[in-house]
Amino acid sequence: MEQVSLGTVLWYTLGAYLTLSIFSFLYKDNPFYRLAEHLIVGLSAGYWIAVLYHQSLVALWLEPLTNGFKALVTPGGSFMSEFGRFFLSVIPGIGGLIMFTRFFSKISWLSRWPIAFYLAISAGVALPLYLQSFTVEQMRASMIPLGGSISAVLKDLIVIIGTICGLTYFYFSMEHKGIVGGMARFGVWILMIGFGSTFGYTVMSRISLLIGRFRFLIDWVNQIAGYLK
Amino acid sequence: MKREIPLLIVLVFGVFMAFQYFVPHRISSNIYQEFNNWTIIIGIFTMVIGIASLLSVHYSKIRFRKEGWGYSFVTIISLIGMAGLGLFGGMENDLFIHFYRFGLSPVTATMFALLAFFIASAAYRAFRARTVLSTLLLLAAVIVMLGRVPIGEIISGWLPEPLQLSKISEFLLYVPNTAAKRTIYIGVGLGVAAVSLKIILGIERTWLGGDGK
Amino acid sequence: MNQQQMPSEGFWSRLINIDRRWIYLVIGIVVFIPILFPIGLPVQVTKEVQNVYDRIDSLKAGSIIMIPMEYDPATMAELQPMAYAILRHCFSKGIKVISTALQIEGVTIIKNDLELIAAEYGRKYGEDYVFLGYKPYPGIVILNMGEDFRKPFPRDYYGNLLDSLPMMAGVYNYSSCAMIVNINATSGVDYWINYAHTRYGAPLAIGVTAVMATDYYAFLSSNQIFGLIGGLKGAAEYEKLINHPGLAMRAMDVQSIAHSVIVIFIIVGNIAYFSSRKKKG
Repeated sequence: MEQVSLGTVLWYTLGAYLTLSIFSFLYKDNPFYRLAEHLIVGLSAGYWIAVLYHQSLVALWLEPLTNGFKALVTPGGSFMSEFGRFFLSVIPGIGGLIMFTRFFSKISWLSRWPIAFYLAISAGVALPLYLQSFTVEQMRASMIPLGGSISAVLKDLIVIIGTICGLTYFYFSMEHKGIVGGMARFGVWILMIGFGSTFGYTVMSRISLLIGRFRFLIDWVNQIAGYLK
Repeated sequence: MKREIPLLIVLVFGVFMAFQYFVPHRISSNIYQEFNNWTIIIGIFTMVIGIASLLSVHYSKIRFRKEGWGYSFVTIISLIGMAGLGLFGGMENDLFIHFYRFGLSPVTATMFALLAFFIASAAYRAFRARTVLSTLLLLAAVIVMLGRVPIGEIISGWLPEPLQLSKISEFLLYVPNTAAKRTIYIGVGLGVAAVSLKIILGIERTWLGGDGK
Repeated sequence: MNQQQMPSEGFWSRLINIDRRWIYLVIGIVVFIPILFPIGLPVQVTKEVQNVYDRIDSLKAGSIIMIPMEYDPATMAELQPMAYAILRHCFSKGIKVISTALQIEGVTIIKNDLELIAAEYGRKYGEDYVFLGYKPYPGIVILNMGEDFRKPFPRDYYGNLLDSLPMMAGVYNYSSCAMIVNINATSGVDYWINYAHTRYGAPLAIGVTAVMATDYYAFLSSNQIFGLIGGLKGAAEYEKLINHPGLAMRAMDVQSIAHSVIVIFIIVGNIAYFSSRKKKG
């Protein structure tokens, strides 16, 4: 087994200290927890800056912009197409820089333009696709021929009736009484079973995260033991 | 002007993007890709604004000596340090990776691991079979919790197959759970379409903010 | 008042109002001990995970799969074992992998995970796998990748032009990939379903945290996804299928015991509640 270095032990100890600081919140709020909490905010934001710059800004904007500018000032080639390409690189940068006008109250209204553009793209794209995927496809999956074994037919029936009754529960334009009330009631039962299933899985998820942290603490102890050997 | 131009932008580009889905022509596709790229680039600047706003909040806390202002020093110093390491040293920088792995990662992971304790406490203190509905929810939760892990097989493996916890939990997930979530998704799809249409047509204007001055 | 009723009435009330830190302690012990002393309980494979395994297993060496991974330190404990298992399956069969990390805080972890598992099988970067990295606004990025990977990712994570990578020759968008297996801890899964699958018809399977898993059975039923791997249990099933027991399979002992204890908490809590109500009544 590879010899564990002091540096590795110290880094693991930092991680373990921060892990235990957060766990200390279970006893009560304390300065160790607050310190770790504020540290993570700073580290996280600093990490974001580095990733945004290296992974996004350079490749998507700075590089095309400089390449476009170089092509424009270098003799040869079609001026119109080079200018067009350069101009296309400049526009989103201007849009992004306009966002910073939010910090200046007199001209903050300008920031609505890039926000409007972003909203337009997101809303325009979402409109047909969410409707198709979430609504039409799900409805299509409920309009299925009933066939096969008795259990398969029963299961399909429960899904179809459950879906219709669930939708009835959320339909508030009609009073929930009589047949409609009965359907809504059954719909709620189906919804409760769905939420119960989700809760069961949620417990699994949270315990998994705790297992991960305890494993890290065990690794820390192993690193110290490995160093001391 | 201050409200009309943004509304016009939303209308023109929103309608284009919605109809582009039905127009597979190459020119339409190229314009669509270019607009998507512009959105990503604008998004980068927006995220930087978020970080600048964070710095501003903590700087203000230090400046006016608000409660907990000492911790704000920690935030600002760690932000500047991590950003500096990443920007000037690159993302493969050893120190940057170590602070990520042994600083950022343990704290984030442990914050979420705390939820395991809270969910256990909530299960004990708040999960009551008071009504038919809460009993249904509780029963479904217990069956799925036991049925989806190996212990379900140990507890009920000796029973006939339809009565085994693993089979019942599979039934619950594939049948009533599917119906429940399908209901929700149909509603969500309609909701997203409605809100998108309202934004594009300028009916939904809360994103414009104040009085336009 | 009946003197004999008073002690038990106090007992049930005390039980309901117990300091929550005792509950935390019990959970802590119940999770910690089985990690140190594993039992080795058997794992059953479900059909939604089997479907993913079968589809990947049916591919020939040289096929390309897209495995976008969107998890971070907060959800790493659940999804990293899943990612490892799927990557091992792919690399062991000589299937090539294109990956992205569209969640900003997970970029470094995912890069390391790819490098680690690829090295286990001697797979070379640029020939056997490509990591595109991160770009913001996953929905828009997913849409653009459907047209051409090069539009949102002119360069990969390491700064190489995509056209300079041997594996990316002739690979332009989702139609060049046999399937997409999205490992995701965020609501971005919806973008993969709505944009990558619905718009571009890419065959899609998802690996999600257990919290999210129940939401996607509806999409399994409608065949919008062909497989679903839910949480650490799903990861354990996949480890069993590839015959490479790892962290997930070992965690199933802990999950079993912890779940049993929480069920006991629920039962005891309800008994205490109804008993104390009966006494008051």
